[in-house]
Amino acid sequence: MPIHYYLFLSMALFSIGIMGTLMRRNAIIIFMCIELMLNAVNLLLVAFSKMYVDTSAQIFVFFIMVVAAAEVAVGLAVIVMMYRKVHSVDINILNRLKH
Amino acid sequence: MGIYEILFWFLTVMAIGCALGVILSRNPVNSVLFLIATFFAISGHYLLLNAQFLAIVNVIVYAGAIMVLFLFVIMLMNLNADVEPQKSRLVQLAGMIAGGVLFLVVLAALRTATLSSLDKASTDIGLIKNLGRVLFTQYVLPFEISSVLFLSAMIGAIVIGKKE
Repeated sequence: MPIHYYLFLSMALFSIGIMGTLMRRNAIIIFMCIELMLNAVNLLLVAFSKMYVDTSAQIFVFFIMVVAAAEVAVGLAVIVMMYRKVHSVDINILNRLKH
Repeated sequence: MGIYEILFWFLTVMAIGCALGVILSRNPVNSVLFLIATFFAISGHYLLLNAQFLAIVNVIVYAGAIMVLFLFVIMLMNLNADVEPQKSRLVQLAGMIAGGVLFLVVLAALRTATLSSLDKASTDIGLIKNLGRVLFTQYVLPFEISSVLFLSAMIGAIVIGKKE
């Protein structure tokens, strides 16, 4: 199995995440697309870890998961707070930071 | 075409199809379910790449914890497909083109890259024994710092979510 297949697969997942981030206005969907991009990078790191028979890449994937979990907790708290204030998760409402 | 290739292509098609479902479905709950399916496909890829521990952690942390958190937040908000805000067709097309062009550029750049092929020989670097040894010797300081990160994230989430 050439490693190019894994390169293209994770690049396709990353591009889909970017498309979703640019296309949608729902803040939760945008957040999920960021998770998708993080997972695409994780997949590529694991593929290279097998190619070079190196453990460090898998440790980095582990730390990326740790950071993603912390990020999701804080980000969802921010989204819930925003919904409580403006009763919407539309990012176009939040383009002015005044209200 | 052996079982390895069949599994690889099945998981690839599943991952990309479900990822497209995430960004194309109107209902946010469907998006969450598609994203969980994508994470399962990626976990299958980890198993094919001899990263058994990461496959389990991916299922537990992402599909188990993070996506349940997403589902809870969506249920709290009572979002439906008919109140879902939509961008204009032009902006959607521009986003699609931007993502597609990025994919094509990287694909064209990496197509001729000379990288060695993955050999089928199974390695045991993905087992929890070897990962744990490296994690607690070479990477013990980042491991401890990440616990501080978790603590600050927990306190931050509570402070942000608190009613004043």
